[in-house]
Amino acid sequence: MNTTDTTTAPNSSARDRVTGTAFTRGLGVVILAGMILLVILGLFVSPPDANQGESVRIMYAHVPGAWLAYLAFVVTGISSAAYLWKRTRSLTWDRIAGASAEVGVLFMGISLVTGSLWGRITWGTYWTWDARLTTTAFLFVTYIGYLAVRGLGGTHQQRARRSAVLALLAVLEIPLVHFSVELWNTLHQEASIAGRGTDVEMDGLMLFTLFLGVVVFTLMYVWLVLHRQRSLALDDMLDDSGLDNALTARRAEAQGVAR
Amino acid sequence: MDNAGFIFASYIITFGSVGAYALGVIRRSRKSSRDVPRDQRPWL
Amino acid sequence: MSKPSQNSSLENSSPKNTSLKNSSGVIATARLIATKDLRVELRSRVLLNQVVPFSLIVMVMFAFALDSDAVLERVAPGLVWLATLFSVLIMVSRSFAVETADGALDQLRSSGVPAMGIFIGKTVALMVQLLVLVTLLVGAAVVLYRAQVSWSGGVLLVTTAVAATCGLGAVGTLYGGLAAGAKGRETLLPLLLLPVVAPVLIGATRATESAFGTNGIAISEGWPWLGLLAVFAVLFSVAGAVAFGPLLDD
Repeated sequence: MNTTDTTTAPNSSARDRVTGTAFTRGLGVVILAGMILLVILGLFVSPPDANQGESVRIMYAHVPGAWLAYLAFVVTGISSAAYLWKRTRSLTWDRIAGASAEVGVLFMGISLVTGSLWGRITWGTYWTWDARLTTTAFLFVTYIGYLAVRGLGGTHQQRARRSAVLALLAVLEIPLVHFSVELWNTLHQEASIAGRGTDVEMDGLMLFTLFLGVVVFTLMYVWLVLHRQRSLALDDMLDDSGLDNALTARRAEAQGVAR
Repeated sequence: MDNAGFIFASYIITFGSVGAYALGVIRRSRKSSRDVPRDQRPWL
Repeated sequence: MSKPSQNSSLENSSPKNTSLKNSSGVIATARLIATKDLRVELRSRVLLNQVVPFSLIVMVMFAFALDSDAVLERVAPGLVWLATLFSVLIMVSRSFAVETADGALDQLRSSGVPAMGIFIGKTVALMVQLLVLVTLLVGAAVVLYRAQVSWSGGVLLVTTAVAATCGLGAVGTLYGGLAAGAKGRETLLPLLLLPVVAPVLIGATRATESAFGTNGIAISEGWPWLGLLAVFAVLFSVAGAVAFGPLLDD
């Protein structure tokens, strides 16, 4: 079989390029550099906050994580719609939706944990029932359900259709949940912890570090989704070739019997 | 730095879990790709 | 579609007749499915013999767990709707187990029955059963938790129950359809369904609090929550009617 890849030595097999391309390798280098810069700025160089002190440093990990979780959710929704629309139907959209959901769950988990730790320091509690936090928790659980449904088996098309419908229902459900919880909270005026970032006075370097954090996390998201989407494609190809092999074996069997 | 434990824990959890997930994806791809012919990968 | 030259006296020889047939097909199917489900329930009495006792036991267990008359009276609305939600899980599973047992659902689909009709029919049947359940649970709350309902509170309560059970019926049928059938799917139903019905729990509980007059909350404060319930019911009824077909076409 002709290999179309000419950038690696012909007999490197175990170490050869699997899901990586020149683009992802370059991206990976940029991400590593960005991460190091972010950690240095976030943990050491940037100034502590006037109100919160050093604990504001958690913000540089928490806020980008939350943003990316929502971005991942949006991407899953759009990819699901793209799959369901006949003109753009392609299993690649389904795999992007699945990969984005996985990475989204990862970032949501990070955001919930870091947010919880941050809250412990600044307000003494690990949790509070404000609308944003509760909705994030709901989004988290909803996406875990989505991933579970993706793992149910069946043909690739069945999986794709089922999860696409589920993702779009989630797009409907999440704003409803958010709205209900917000309405609920206006009853209990204790929940005045509306925006965690709002009582942070941001000076130039803090703003830059936060911005850097969002950029680095977005690049991480892209890198992870690219790789995971390709990994899912490989899994699907494996499934298909397994099916092909089984069919070929059956046909050979049938021919053998016929003779 | 007060509360240093919480702050360091946040960063370690964040980058650690991202790294662990990345490693997992790469390992998983390597495993699957062993049986898939090279020219079937449209991104290469 | 049929050629214009064929002057058949049979149905659907013109586009107008086709759409008429389709819409009456949906309604006719809905009526058929709803009456079938309710008849099955009347004969087997699963709701009466199993689900209602289950939910009453749940109400009693709440009393054991919470251990205080004052607390119970205060949280009675929440407990009623929690017990309802837990029962919905069982009822939805049952609603689809009836279909998948003999492959009835697959046969229905392959014979061209409109999925929207199946969805509406099952939603209505589920809603009726839920209304019966909620009525009994409110009665239990009056007895066990000393809840009190006035006449005007009763109006609010009835409309709340109708809106909430409509939403629960729609969402239950929708996600139940997704979770029905293949092994391993039924256990996902609680995980999928409970987050989605959170707005119903919040809205119904707040409205019921007003209806009971718990904590001195005025009845007028309950009506906005009814709005939330109505929006939820409408949104998911429409979404379900549209999405049920693709979901079933496994």
